[in-house]
Amino acid sequence: MQREAVSSELAIKSATALAKTPVEPASTLEGWGRLPVPGRETLTEALETATRGAVLSRGLGRSYGDSSLPAVGTDRVVNTRMANRILSFNESTGALRAEAGLCLAELNRLYMPRGWFTPVTPGTKFVTLGGMVASDVHGKNHHCEGTFGAHVRNLKVRVADDTVLDCSPTVEPELFWGIVGGMGLLGHILEVEFVMQRIPSQWIWMDSQRVRNVDEFLAALGEAAPAYPMTMGWIDCLSGGSSMGRGILMAGRWGEAAEAPKTPPGDKPEITFPLELPNWALNPVTAQLFNTAYYFKHVQRRKAGFTSPDTFFYPLDAIHHWNKAYGSRGFTQYQCVIPRAAGFPAVREFMQLLVKLGGASPLCVIKDCGPEGKGVLSFPMEGTSIAVDMAVSPKLQNIIDRLNEFVIETGGRIYLTKDRFTRADHFARMEPRLPRFQALRDKWDPARRLRSAQSVRLFGDKA
Amino acid sequence: MKAIVLGATMGMGRAIARILAERGDSVFVLGIGDDDLKKSAADLSARHPKRLEAGYAECNLEKPEGFAAALDAADAALGNFDAVVVTAAMFATQDALEADVELTRRLVTINFANTVVFCEHVRKRLLARGGGKLTVFSSVAGDRGRKPVAIYGASKGGLSIYLEALDHKFRALGLHVLCVKPGFVKTGMTAGLKPPPFAGEPEGVARDVVRAMDRGKPILYTPRMWALVMLVIRFLPRFIMRKIGF
Repeated sequence: MQREAVSSELAIKSATALAKTPVEPASTLEGWGRLPVPGRETLTEALETATRGAVLSRGLGRSYGDSSLPAVGTDRVVNTRMANRILSFNESTGALRAEAGLCLAELNRLYMPRGWFTPVTPGTKFVTLGGMVASDVHGKNHHCEGTFGAHVRNLKVRVADDTVLDCSPTVEPELFWGIVGGMGLLGHILEVEFVMQRIPSQWIWMDSQRVRNVDEFLAALGEAAPAYPMTMGWIDCLSGGSSMGRGILMAGRWGEAAEAPKTPPGDKPEITFPLELPNWALNPVTAQLFNTAYYFKHVQRRKAGFTSPDTFFYPLDAIHHWNKAYGSRGFTQYQCVIPRAAGFPAVREFMQLLVKLGGASPLCVIKDCGPEGKGVLSFPMEGTSIAVDMAVSPKLQNIIDRLNEFVIETGGRIYLTKDRFTRADHFARMEPRLPRFQALRDKWDPARRLRSAQSVRLFGDKA
Repeated sequence: MKAIVLGATMGMGRAIARILAERGDSVFVLGIGDDDLKKSAADLSARHPKRLEAGYAECNLEKPEGFAAALDAADAALGNFDAVVVTAAMFATQDALEADVELTRRLVTINFANTVVFCEHVRKRLLARGGGKLTVFSSVAGDRGRKPVAIYGASKGGLSIYLEALDHKFRALGLHVLCVKPGFVKTGMTAGLKPPPFAGEPEGVARDVVRAMDRGKPILYTPRMWALVMLVIRFLPRFIMRKIGF
């Protein structure tokens, strides 16, 4: 309220002087998988004011699919990335409160040298805190630490009726756990308070091994999980036969101060992908060549040593805009989790299906997840998560339908943050929690004012 | 450095204040909106290597009667400041200004008259203590009378002339005046406009500005490409300026 009162004076606050809402000139918006849609976003530091009446918030646009895209071009979308102030940090507890647009890369830059790190990081540091909550991101340490939401203590949100309120695991807990992993559909996240973790050094001790097939992989993941707090694997999902599911397993932990190198790792050179490749550049032949080279680049069967957190957590961040490698056709990432109850044979069958259907690209990641978190729509559950990038092609819809049918059979589910092609009926069948989430929306947003292209596609919202 | 940043709550002022705080300078925040000032000060404290608390005070470029008190507050908190950065200003499109004379009066008053008054307060204080740094954001729009920024450009052009004269007159006395002329920078201020080629990011501009302050430069075009662009524009003959829309 108070902010609106000063909004007439906003004109001279700093260099900002627009009495009317500033809007981005670009008339399209896109996610990381490209495929732009008509839309505009409001870009401003004054997040709390700007979200009044807005339909959707988005951060750095790193979700692959349509979760950060407007349902129709006229929907008002707010970009949070300029609202990026750190509001408080408690040196003894590690509790940090910041505006929702704060970028994880900035947080790492400031706090890693001081011996603090986010309790959970996704595979890119170019995400905002708000996005990390809305997607309830998980990382290599999911089997130990759960999702990011498990470490959030408080959220300041603007809900659909435009009131601004705080919620937490104790205050409005149902709303809180709906917003965690709720894809921005229950409210605009304005501020996030979560607990950072102490790190003993700025180095990761990484233990990696070449694994010959999917059975060996699952066994190795299982062995590494109790020994290391962080595990994940890269899988060659183009090779079939006896080497189906071969890949490289990476396990790691923070290096102890006594053993790690004394000097912190320097900044790795980061380059920007210089051009948009033609659509044919990444094809089954080049992808297979890449995979074979990558597999055998790991010459020894097993090696271990210290590596920088950037290399360990964010190998792809070294190349900005790597999504241009897919060309203008765009791409998606299929990420699902197959529950532990379905057993290893289900994972093997899934890999067989993936190889048979084709369409996969070099990027395929496997990870065993720990128990399900409290977020109503949060993705991870105990089981095996597989993520694979796929270029858009005429076959893609069929591939995704077939994979979804398989996942439904196993009792698993997909990750909304990556999705653009799942059918509503498939989603309803794999998501028994959906009625609970819709009940929350009935309470907080009965008119379904907050929506996204994804909620129209999957949740039955009106376009 | 003990620096005041007028406009540290947003855009390029925010980016400059962050660089100063992160390298260990003491920063004092001036601007409007109590809640916003408090949050920006907290952000700067969190970034300071020694968690030095950043002070703040209300200072509204539309209320020149409050300038002295704001500078007193900064002096009290910092113990005699030795650097001042002014990024605060007002922007409106030429169309909006032509349609509303009152808006024009406000813009010219804020960007020229009151900014000069603020700088005069600062100048007197800095000269009295043997000098210091005064860094003020003008604009490339002030280099030439141009159709799309006739009024905004005039307000900045006047400011540039004033800053140049300050440099000529007082450099020998220890007052280092830096006139910053940003080209198009992607901030909240320009969010409604279509970015031209060579558009910059606030963080890059801030790095350039702090470097120029440290080196005692009198003038800075940033991003650098704009020095070349404006060199050409400054020499374009009138009959061409009348024809083109730039």
